[in-house]
Amino acid sequence: MDKLPRWADIALIPALNLFLALFVSGLVIVYIGENPFEALRILVVGAVGSTGGIGYTLFYATSFIFTGLAVAIAFQARLFNIGGEGQAQLGALGVGLVCLALPWPHWTLALPAAVLGAALFGAAWAFIPAYLQAKRGSHIVITTIMFNLIAGALLIYLLVGPLKAPGMSPESPAFPDGAALPTARQFFEALGITWRRSPLNVTFLLALAACVALWVLIWRTRLGYEIRAFGQSEPAAIYAGISPVRITVVVMLISGALAGMMAINTVMGEQSRLLQDNVQGAGFVGIAVALMGRSHPLGVFLAAVLFGALYQGGGELEFEMPAVSREMIIVIQALVILFTGALDGMVRRPVEQVFARLRRAA
Amino acid sequence: MDLNTILQIFDSTLRLATPLLFACLAGLFSERAGVFDIGLEGKMLISAFFSAAIAFTSGSVWIGLMAGLLASLVLSLIHGVAAITFRGNQLISGVALNFLASGLTVLIAQNWFAQGGRTPSVEGAARFQEIALPFVETLRPVPLIGPFYAEVISGHTILVYVGLASVVLTWWVLFRTRFGLRLRAVGENPAAVDTAGISVVRLRFAAVMICGLLCGLAGAFLAVGLNAGFVKDMSAGRGFIALAALIFAKWRPGLALVACLLFGFLDAVSIRYQTISLGGMVIPSQFMQALPYILTVVILAGFVGRAIPPRAGGEAYVKER
Repeated sequence: MDKLPRWADIALIPALNLFLALFVSGLVIVYIGENPFEALRILVVGAVGSTGGIGYTLFYATSFIFTGLAVAIAFQARLFNIGGEGQAQLGALGVGLVCLALPWPHWTLALPAAVLGAALFGAAWAFIPAYLQAKRGSHIVITTIMFNLIAGALLIYLLVGPLKAPGMSPESPAFPDGAALPTARQFFEALGITWRRSPLNVTFLLALAACVALWVLIWRTRLGYEIRAFGQSEPAAIYAGISPVRITVVVMLISGALAGMMAINTVMGEQSRLLQDNVQGAGFVGIAVALMGRSHPLGVFLAAVLFGALYQGGGELEFEMPAVSREMIIVIQALVILFTGALDGMVRRPVEQVFARLRRAA
Repeated sequence: MDLNTILQIFDSTLRLATPLLFACLAGLFSERAGVFDIGLEGKMLISAFFSAAIAFTSGSVWIGLMAGLLASLVLSLIHGVAAITFRGNQLISGVALNFLASGLTVLIAQNWFAQGGRTPSVEGAARFQEIALPFVETLRPVPLIGPFYAEVISGHTILVYVGLASVVLTWWVLFRTRFGLRLRAVGENPAAVDTAGISVVRLRFAAVMICGLLCGLAGAFLAVGLNAGFVKDMSAGRGFIALAALIFAKWRPGLALVACLLFGFLDAVSIRYQTISLGGMVIPSQFMQALPYILTVVILAGFVGRAIPPRAGGEAYVKER
């Protein structure tokens, strides 16, 4: 028998973890000398109080859905892909090369090509660590960290060298206008609704589709069953004839492709050019999102929106409370990872004891 | 390239290798005891901030150092509680602590000094001073050895020599003391240590705290030895290079020194030369910066000498019931 009812496992424990993380964050704000409840109010209003705020919240969420799903599918196979940041950087390179290669006439042609470019480059960057883990037993956490750092150096090299646009700043030339993605503002104005300016674009719908596709893959296909079986018990999976090499490589390819696709949102949807950092930490937020979302696509979606709100609201917070700088978001993110990921047992054990006592009493 | 340039490069090699060396030995203690620590970076960073901040406010580098060590130890303690007491995922805990340090340092720096997330620059007694070793002038006329001693070995801050001494000390503790034997055993086969009636938890906590102490030294050296103050994210991936050096060194103190000197050398060369041309081929400096990471992947892949980590690394110990 399970120690906890299902609702407690997927709702109560994450809620308690989140509460603890926010509580400690509140203490930090008190230490700085501001009112944490006022900070929370500014954060919420900034994130969802206007169409512009909602636009930015969902724009960030789009990035986090992709990187969160990337970490989540790897978690399903009990692999820790900490390389989302590097895979997304390479994905950005793929998007950039696709967009610069042709004078794209319309985004409906550019987008599928960019998806392919992003997924291919992201997957390729994940392939090497995956192969080394599967075949040579090199620890995937260390190799993916190294690949993050190598990706950063590679992008800097390309943007001060071969891909550099004329001028001072290390960035690529701007993409053709035909590669610009339609924004939420254009969509709503076509319907006659006023919508403030934000970079929210069609990639958001792509992210939703990715959630559904991943859910189908994990729970409704044979490959998904094999991935979960491998994650639950490697010896059992091997006994059942599932090849660990194949699963490791396939899962990491999917994971890298998802992380790479995150770059479509920022590179094509916002920047319209390649910059040195096209990921803005989304690769790492993906870890927090996957942990909070319990590696389930629906959970990842909800956690990604939560973190999107945190990023957007955090920006407003810095604006209205100058004493609380933008780094507060990183602190909150760190505490969420700490409490949901590493200190999970601290919450889980007492909760299990309470439920055990209740069960005995019943 | 003349002799003087070479000596200068070696001089900065030793200087740049020192923070790596402290962090690498820190990781060595932790991982030898079976606790993975990818939070070396965060501990360095938080120590860098607190040592610079407290050194500035107190005017004494030693008080600053104490503050830095304390901050690093606090993060170690959290890691220990998460990884050992609550048997949480050690990698995730490390990731979280890296972020925590990255965010908190800037947040508090802004709150204390309001200079955009940095500390004011420290000088005088608030910074480690370079010390000249004895006999520098007596030895100088000796060809090769004299200038080498004067330029490369002498004229560093005290922490550089502490770093070199730590290598010997680490070797002695790990391979010549009872504590070291037990510590290594707990990383290979904790059940055996437990059977012998020795507390696995206490040993692992000891290792994690030593790790915090050494990371604290690394961070303090960074902020008030190598530089003159804290700036945002100043550890700049050194914690990960140290992790790379640790694998490179196959978890051995002597080889750790060699690996850190090698990576320090790469760093020194890439700082001095933006591009290097080798027989018509131009090597961009970004390649030099990425080389430690590339080398680590090659080593991990086992194509050039296999690196085998401690056997029980990364797993929490569960006593049988």
